[in-house]
Amino acid sequence: MSETMIENINLSKQEEEQREKPSLEDRPIVICARDIVKSFGERLILKGISVNVHHGEVLVVIGPSGCGKSTLLRCLNGLEPIDSGEIELDGELLTKPGTNWNLVRQKIGMVFQNYELFPHLNVMDNILLGPIKVQKRKKTEAKQKASAWLERVGLLDRADSYPRELSGGQKQRVAIVRALTMAPEVMLFDEVTASLDPEMVREVLDVMLSLASQGLTMVIVTHEMGFAKAVADKIIFMDEGHIVENAPPDVFFNNPETSRAKKFLNMFEFKGIKKV
Amino acid sequence: MARLMEGLWITVWISMLSVGLSVLFGIPFGLLMAAKTRVVAKLMRIYLEFIRVMPILVMLFLFYYSLSRVFGINLSAYFVSVLVFTIWGAAEMADLVRASVTSLPAHQWESGRALGLSSLQVSLFIIVPQAIRRLLPGVINLTTRMIKTTPFVFFINIPDLMKVGQQIVEVAGMRNHLASVWVYGFIFFIYFIICYPISLFSRYLEGRWQ
Ligand SMILES: Nc1ncnc2c1ncn2[C@@H]1O[C@H](COP(=O)(O)OP(=O)(O)OP(=O)(O)O)[C@@H](O)[C@H]1O
Ligand SMILES: [Mg+2]
Repeated sequence: MSETMIENINLSKQEEEQREKPSLEDRPIVICARDIVKSFGERLILKGISVNVHHGEVLVVIGPSGCGKSTLLRCLNGLEPIDSGEIELDGELLTKPGTNWNLVRQKIGMVFQNYELFPHLNVMDNILLGPIKVQKRKKTEAKQKASAWLERVGLLDRADSYPRELSGGQKQRVAIVRALTMAPEVMLFDEVTASLDPEMVREVLDVMLSLASQGLTMVIVTHEMGFAKAVADKIIFMDEGHIVENAPPDVFFNNPETSRAKKFLNMFEFKGIKKV
Repeated sequence: MARLMEGLWITVWISMLSVGLSVLFGIPFGLLMAAKTRVVAKLMRIYLEFIRVMPILVMLFLFYYSLSRVFGINLSAYFVSVLVFTIWGAAEMADLVRASVTSLPAHQWESGRALGLSSLQVSLFIIVPQAIRRLLPGVINLTTRMIKTTPFVFFINIPDLMKVGQQIVEVAGMRNHLASVWVYGFIFFIYFIICYPISLFSRYLEGRWQ
């Protein structure tokens, strides 16, 4: 459906180069995960995941449903404890006793699939809760930042609305602003458009594209392949708890190495043909 | 008339005191029921079901007449009525608290944590405010049910609204055959006047807080 639409996203050439070429591999590593193993009860979900996220990099994680993408993101900001492995943020080891995860989570923003705004607070109060209660910032300063972000995503006029008065796409944009107002170093997005009506997908993806072009470090889980191709610096393909491929988007989409990745991509091709 | 008002006063304070105590005891019980520990939740469940099937009147009699006879303790009728209503109310209240806490989607908790809020902050700023909003209509509903159930204290000789009404009817009935219609009709009206605004208020809150 939105496949063709998203194909059309054209980051200007200039922006793309700016963001990409000054070799990402040389930039400092923001998140470094080594050999993460995670199980729920008896079931092994992540079977040794290693990945680096460089400063300014957009990493897109794709893979079949249930392969552990969400679990990986949740492990990265400590929402799920891991069984073994190491996670570093800015070179500092997080997976050790005594880590203040509340502090870590201020630096790692996360947006989920389901609209998770707080229904009893209006848009502005939703956004300000973190900056004021957690970061103890001044209300006027935080509000200024929040307004600036809201303006950027085109929602400044909804600052006093309650979540129930917003559409799905608007709620997700507010959720993104809420995370951004904490001024995180890196943002995690877990299928933020998966439960949106098709016509609202684009407005949310556009916000993420503009963040990417601005150089924000991001890890994105998505099923929107066109978007993945446009936004990613690096694609990670996961299957059954392993990273099966790790490649730049043009390589991955045009020339996937493994048959599993081919099969996965074909699934989307087929879907695309059927809808036309 | 003045005596009716006295009766009304008794009705009101017995129900208010009972509601207050029910809320006080019901909240921790409800949190226990919502807790993960299966055993505690089961025990609370049994308690609730037991209280629910037990007629209030039987409990009143049991505490007022039987217990005092068996143990030789003389409990005042007021004490017994508040006690019984609280036992009942706390059970209902606990169930309301359990429902309002468990019906909050888990990702509310999670998205709070993802913002860097501590668990105390998540409870304070996200869970409790929402739980209260969900709780209030139920509490108000319980209040009206309690007010409507208070006439039972009549049977353990507390001069509540009904009892006073009956006495008036007995005296006046000698002269006026329609006295019972007037008096009970008036009492009916008083109950309506008390309960209806409360239930309106609860509907208003429900509408406002969705
Ligand atoms: N809290 C949990 N307890 C038990 N099992 C879980 C839990 N969370 C996830 N799982 C299981 O872990 C596996 C991976 O889940 P995960 O949500 O990470 O997959 P995913 O790749 O994000 O899938 P999707 O594309 O459908 O979102 C699934 O089989 C799921 O059932
Ligand atoms: Mg998922």
